[in-house]
Amino acid sequence: MSVLLAFAAAMLFGTGTWLLLQRRLSRIIVGVGLIGHGSNILLLTSGNGRRLPPIIGSADPTDFADPLPQALALTSIVITFGVTAFLFALGYRSWKLTNDDIVEDDVEDRYIARRAVDAEVAEGEAAERERAIEEDRV
Amino acid sequence: MSLRAPLAPSASMFALLAFHLVIGIAIVAAGQQLGRGGFAVAATAPLAAVIWAITQAGGVLDGKPVTESFSWVGGLGISLDLRLDAFALAMVALVSGIGFLICIYALAYFKPHDPSTPVKSNVGRLAGMMTVFAGAMLGVVLSDHLIALFIAWELTSITSYLLIGNDDTSPRARAAALQAILITGMGGLVLLVGLNIVGQAAGTYRLSEIIENVPTTGSSTALNAGLICVLIGAFTKSAQAPFSSWLPGAMVAPTPVSAYLHSATMVKAGVYLVARMAPMFATQGNWRVVLLTVGSATMLIGGLRALRQHDLKLLLAYGTVSQLGFMMLLFGTGDDHIAQAGVVLLLAHGAFKAALFMVVGIVDHEVGTRDVRRLGGFGKGWRLTLVAGVVGAASMAGLPPLFGFISKEKALDGYIEHGDFVGSTVVLTVIVVASILTFAYSARFVLGLLGVFADPDFEASCVDDVDSQRAQAPSLLFVGPALFLTVFTVAVGLAPVIVNRLVETATMALHPEAKPKPVHLWSGFNTAFVLSLAVIGTGTALTVFRSRVAAGLSVASKAMRLVPSSEQSFNFLLRGVGVAARRVTGVLQNGSLPIYVAIIMMTATGVPLIAFAQEWTGFGDVIETPVHVALVAMIISAALGASIVRRRIAAALMLGAVGYAMAGLYVVQGAPDLALTQFAIETLSTVLFVLVLRYLPSTWTHRAPALAAPMRIGVSVFVGVSVFVFALVASGGRSRSARRSSPRSWSKIRTPRARVRMSSTSFSSTSAGGTRWVKSPSYWSPRPVR
Repeated sequence: MSVLLAFAAAMLFGTGTWLLLQRRLSRIIVGVGLIGHGSNILLLTSGNGRRLPPIIGSADPTDFADPLPQALALTSIVITFGVTAFLFALGYRSWKLTNDDIVEDDVEDRYIARRAVDAEVAEGEAAERERAIEEDRV
Repeated sequence: MSLRAPLAPSASMFALLAFHLVIGIAIVAAGQQLGRGGFAVAATAPLAAVIWAITQAGGVLDGKPVTESFSWVGGLGISLDLRLDAFALAMVALVSGIGFLICIYALAYFKPHDPSTPVKSNVGRLAGMMTVFAGAMLGVVLSDHLIALFIAWELTSITSYLLIGNDDTSPRARAAALQAILITGMGGLVLLVGLNIVGQAAGTYRLSEIIENVPTTGSSTALNAGLICVLIGAFTKSAQAPFSSWLPGAMVAPTPVSAYLHSATMVKAGVYLVARMAPMFATQGNWRVVLLTVGSATMLIGGLRALRQHDLKLLLAYGTVSQLGFMMLLFGTGDDHIAQAGVVLLLAHGAFKAALFMVVGIVDHEVGTRDVRRLGGFGKGWRLTLVAGVVGAASMAGLPPLFGFISKEKALDGYIEHGDFVGSTVVLTVIVVASILTFAYSARFVLGLLGVFADPDFEASCVDDVDSQRAQAPSLLFVGPALFLTVFTVAVGLAPVIVNRLVETATMALHPEAKPKPVHLWSGFNTAFVLSLAVIGTGTALTVFRSRVAAGLSVASKAMRLVPSSEQSFNFLLRGVGVAARRVTGVLQNGSLPIYVAIIMMTATGVPLIAFAQEWTGFGDVIETPVHVALVAMIISAALGASIVRRRIAAALMLGAVGYAMAGLYVVQGAPDLALTQFAIETLSTVLFVLVLRYLPSTWTHRAPALAAPMRIGVSVFVGVSVFVFALVASGGRSRSARRSSPRSWSKIRTPRARVRMSSTSFSSTSAGGTRWVKSPSYWSPRPVR
């Protein structure tokens, strides 16, 4: 694979990740699309390079491009499209419910984490009390 | 591994184990109805084992072990091999003999004072679990196969957990049970590793075969590590330092459980394993150093801590820890004479410690306390109980003419006459010092029982009211089992010939070449006897000057408090794991999608990067063809644009531009069908996007991001760089291997019979039927693949 194509894949992944880290669902959708394109480049270039289309009868098979990565890339395209369509549906639903397409933090998870720390503090205090009783006895 | 019949002609041992299991489960199932009567049913199982052992004893003591085998996992060579040799017979006598006595004792122990109060509902369950435990313990001592032994070993850990925590409404019982299962369970896993290494090194998992062909050289480092693992397993089970904290904790269990599991039987499983392995491996690796150090430390620490207890049961528990260390020192050396002393101590300890626990249980049950400061002597009818307690303690202290004296004498003699290895003198000194401590805490037990430590001030500070003088005397059924053991202790002390044959053949079962000397009560005026006299003298002095000793110990213990005890380290470790788990969860599971995505992307690209970066060979061609430059420039600029623009519609169009450039790239790479698919799908996506965007505002307002911009840029750049390295290294791997296999081999596929067309279209027609319309009819296979 040439450095140029590797760079293109890297740029697609980099920008895609940047968009995935945003709060807007519409930007996340664009990010998923870009990462999908990046992985297609990786899949395609894992073949044997730039050769003739593998259409039987059109040329000598030794000159064909490796069709297996192409098949995988085709699957990837279809899957990316499926994911994108699903995210569109999510975005539409989000707009219906909140008039916006923002992905909020899950407050419940924050709450659980804070409660765990509270429990820890309580446990430490109980252990402290236990130790005091122990020392009293001895 | 020789081929054996799936079931040996006789299956009496399997039947015996199955009987324990069936009886145990039946009692658990009917626990509510049986109540304490469950112990009457439970007694049948150990009784059957005792009777069976007596019928087998003749042959076994003549040196003819009974073996049975059942192939379990044939492919792995795992079979359930059972073998009753003389040492196993001694253990069976201990497990089933004491088990039977405990069942009778428990029958009286769980009888309420007031007949109208109902027996607690969990007593029946306790009886059932104890029977299951008895079966598991029999399995440990009868197993000849290391894996079978491990399974029985773990079963004893689990039943011990259930028995300690039987009173599931008590937080203390639950905590003690948890501590016991965590320590012994951890040790069990380490043991499994060790047993596997030993089995692999020996080439067989059968104990009786390993001893005939001891692995000596070869992978000695691995074998050494395996032996250390085995020792750790044995140390956790037998409550050796620094794993001893669970045993005193386990004293929250009802006394029959403590007497049975945590003094007479289960805690001896580790000693048993060491006894089995030491003749083969004691001289190898670090076995002796580790074992003698740990055994000495345990024996001393247990004795010192026993001396400071006010609770009679805790005193006995620390005494047990000390005695277990003693047994380790005797069995672990690999010397047959010292091991013989171990066999004697094993039996003597089983007899006197079980009796002492029973006595404490009687006091606890009738008086309502076990604290020596609250016991002020007993009234009429208590004489037999006190005799049992005093004789048991005297045997523990090593006074003649009792069983305990013989065992201590034999141990000292063994170390004096046959301790010819490095450090044996130090160990002998430790044994003498610890024996003095044993004498002192035995005396403390006796004095406490007789009411010498009664403290009116302390009594006044207690909420409940107890009076040992007026306590109801125990019934004969209650004292009977303890008395039986007392009679046994005295009888063997006076006439050691009773156990002589068993001890000698048991030693020969461990050490086939051993020539054991008979055990005597009086073996002449030798060094061992002088040491015994010194122990008794010093111990008496410690007892007479006990108040000064207590003051000194108190000062010492204040100083020792700076060093974390085994219990404190365990609690610290346990809490540390909990805190770490909560902190990690709090950071990782914080509810923010961008942070999740960042962690996932960094992990998914970063971990492979470590491996790929090592394969880095440098850059290849920079540019393959000029067409690429134009396409890549379009892809990159559109991608950058899509991530910068603030208008939604512009971002959607930029994404579309990337897709069309990608389609161009497919054409250049020789994949026209991909290009067609991409073109169509990109168009469709853009249309969908615009349809959804109709509703949303055209630009987005600013919202505080979950991650600061530099973080986001850092993550993105990291992911990009990782993919870049991956792409170059991975494609380098392809060109190295694929050039060898000629692409000409594809043409062979095109035989008339196999019309599988190796083109991506035929693949897509099966994998993604929905995209069939993309394909050009010109290369559509006439016979689609099914």
